[in-house]
Amino acid sequence: MMNLRRDVFQAIADPTRRAILLLVATQSLTAGAIASNFDTARPTVSKHLQILTECELLTQEQSGREIYYHINANKMKEVADFIEPFRQMWDTRFNKLEAVMKEQKKGTKRH
Amino acid sequence: MEQKTKVIAEDGRQEIIITREFDLPLKMLFKAHEEADLIEQWMGTKVLKMENKKHGSYAFETTHNGKAVFRANGTIHEFIRDQKIIRTFEMENMPIGVQLEFLEFEKLTDDTSKLTMQIIYRSVKHRAEQLKLPFAYGINMAHNRLQEIANKIK
Repeated sequence: MMNLRRDVFQAIADPTRRAILLLVATQSLTAGAIASNFDTARPTVSKHLQILTECELLTQEQSGREIYYHINANKMKEVADFIEPFRQMWDTRFNKLEAVMKEQKKGTKRH
Repeated sequence: MEQKTKVIAEDGRQEIIITREFDLPLKMLFKAHEEADLIEQWMGTKVLKMENKKHGSYAFETTHNGKAVFRANGTIHEFIRDQKIIRTFEMENMPIGVQLEFLEFEKLTDDTSKLTMQIIYRSVKHRAEQLKLPFAYGINMAHNRLQEIANKIK
């Protein structure tokens, strides 16, 4: 795991994976229960779960025949301190700025 | 692909540096930071006051169902058109405190420009509170959504 740090960044950069994390933030869920929240195909969700597990953001727990996924609080604390969500907030804001000003530019040219 | 917006927050320091290259001429980039109606559009908040001059002040407010959900204000210390803005910024009712912001605007080409924002917090702890905010917000949104769904099921 040479690029663990980068992997964590990638893991939370994906919107579906962020949604999965938010979903299991309140309660442990099986892969099936998680997949039922998405329109995405089940194998795609499984792939996301695998990535999140590899990054240790999720941990698996066997309970009878079912595997439950739950959030790894320690790792999440680390991610919470990361700058990625903050960067994304500014990125979204600046993309908006660019779009608003491009509209302005078009407007001025028309006059 | 290289990210357009970069954030540098070195360990143990009380500052954050945000850089962004824009597909906009310098004048347009600066204008977006100067005019209240434009700020309102890209920041998604109402501008109650915007005095772009040395010792001027500004205030933002966002309301939801008639209730103020976000309020922020600050004082402008330097305002040089198409070059820089130095100002304070403080979100009300937040444990982040006042921050000092240095905004530098640069021309790259006739059609592109760059913004560098250096934000200085009172302490490393205050900076950490700021960094946690967007993440905590995401979690809260999800909780609220789950709550809404749960209420519907009930």
